[in-house]
Amino acid sequence: MLSTFLAVLRRDLLLAWRGRADVMVTLAFFVIVVCLFPFGVGAEPNQLRAIAPGVLWVAALLACLLSLHRLFAQDYADGTLEQLLLSSEPAVLWVLAKILAFWLTTGLPVVAVAPGLALVLDLEQGALPVLAVSLALGTPILALLGAVGAALTLGVRGGGMLLALLILPLFVPVLIFGAGAVEAEASGTGALAHLLLLGGGLAGALALAPMACAAALRISTD
Amino acid sequence: MASGPKDETIRMNSSTRGPSLLRFAAPQNFYPLAGRLAPWFAAIAVVLTLAGLWLAFFVAPTDATQGNVYRVIFIHVPAAWMSMFIYLVMAFWSAVGLVMNTRLSFVMSQALAPTGAMFCFVALWTGALWGRPTWGAYWVWDARLTSQLLLLFLYFGFIALTRAIEDPRRADRAGAIIALVGAVNVPVIYFSVKWWNTLHQGASVSLTKAPSMAATMFAGMLVLAFASWAYTLAVTLWRVRPMILERERHTEWVGAVLDREGGRT
Repeated sequence: MLSTFLAVLRRDLLLAWRGRADVMVTLAFFVIVVCLFPFGVGAEPNQLRAIAPGVLWVAALLACLLSLHRLFAQDYADGTLEQLLLSSEPAVLWVLAKILAFWLTTGLPVVAVAPGLALVLDLEQGALPVLAVSLALGTPILALLGAVGAALTLGVRGGGMLLALLILPLFVPVLIFGAGAVEAEASGTGALAHLLLLGGGLAGALALAPMACAAALRISTD
Repeated sequence: MASGPKDETIRMNSSTRGPSLLRFAAPQNFYPLAGRLAPWFAAIAVVLTLAGLWLAFFVAPTDATQGNVYRVIFIHVPAAWMSMFIYLVMAFWSAVGLVMNTRLSFVMSQALAPTGAMFCFVALWTGALWGRPTWGAYWVWDARLTSQLLLLFLYFGFIALTRAIEDPRRADRAGAIIALVGAVNVPVIYFSVKWWNTLHQGASVSLTKAPSMAATMFAGMLVLAFASWAYTLAVTLWRVRPMILERERHTEWVGAVLDREGGRT
C-alpha cells in the first residue's frame, strides 16, 4: 500500500519537475498579486502593515485556486485517472499522494516565499515565523478542500469559475484563522489558539477530504 | 448504466404492492401525489401568509425602542430560518440519494435549492433594510450576516454545479457531494466567522433584540414561518413534477401522462 502511495507521489513530483515552468508561474502569480496592493491602496507603511496578513493569505488562496485545475485535468484527459480508479489499490491512498504532490509543488513554494514577501509590506519581523507556520498548516487544507472541487468539476464547461464558486466559501474559515494568526502575533496577543485551530482543521480535512475526493472522481469518470 | 435505471424501476414496482409510504419513492407514484398535494400546500401558504401579515401589521404592538421598523422581522426571521433549514433538508435528500441510490431524492434536493437561495437572499435583503435605520448601515460584518452570505454562495455553487453538468446522473451525484461537503462546513463557517468577529472588534452591534417579545409578535412570526414552510412545499412539489417528466421521458407512464395532459389543454 505504501508503495502505491510513494509511486504516485514520485510520478507526480517528477511530472511537476519536468514542467517546472508551471510551478514558477504559480509562484510568480502569488508575488505579483501581493505587489499589486501597494499600488491600489497606497504605499503608506502603517496601512500596508495593517493589511499585510490578509493580503498575503488571500494571494496564497488565489494562487492555490488557480493552480487546482492541474491536479487532475491532465490525468483525466489522457486516461490515467481511469486506470488508477480501475486498479485494485484504494483510491483514498493515491488521491492523498496526488494532493500531497500538488501541495509540495504549489503550497510549499508559497510558504517559502511568503516571509520574504511580507517584508515588502513592512510586516513586523517577529510575526514572520507565525506567517510561515500558519501558511504551512493552512495551505494543505486549501489543497485538500480544493481537490474535492477540482474532482467534481472535471471536464465541466466553465469549470474554472465554477470551481471558484464552489470552494471559495469553504476556504473562508482557513483564511480567518490563517490571517488571524499573523495579526494576533503582530498585535501581541499570541497566535497559538489560531494555529491550534488550523492544525485541527488540517487533521479533519486530512481524514475526510480524500474520501470525498475519491467519491467525486468516481462520479466524474463514471 | 443502461441496465441501472431499469432494475431500479422493477424493484420500485415490486414495492408498490406493499402499503408502505416508500412506494412514493418511485417517480411514477410520486408524480400524481405531488400534483395532488401542491395546491393544498399553496392554499395553506396563502391563508397563513394573510393571517400572519394581518397579525404583523395590525395586531402586533409597535416596538418601544425600534418603532415600526422592527416589523421587518416578520419576513426576515422566517426567511432566515427557512434558508438554513432548506439547506439541511437538501443535504438530507442528497445523503439519502447517495446511500439508497434513489433518483427521486436527487430531484428533491435540486428542486429545493432555488427556494433556499431565494429565502437566503430575502433574509439578507430585509436585514439590510432593517439595518440601515437601526444600526446606521446597510451591511455590518456581523457573524450572522456573514455566515448567511456564505450560505447564499453555497446555494449558488450547488445550483451552478448541477446545472453545468449535462449528464443528469453525474449532476445528481456531484451536487449531492457538494451539498454534503457544504453541510459539514456550515457549522465550521458559522463558528469561525463568529470568533473572527469577536476577535477583531468587540461586539459593537448585536442581533439580539429586546429581551421580551410580545406574544402577538411571536405569534405573527410563527404563523409566517409556517406559511413559508407551506410555500416551500408547494413550490418544490410543483418544481419536482416537470423534472420527473424530463428524466423519465423514455418510460411508458410518462407517455401516458403526456397524452392525457396534452389532450386536456
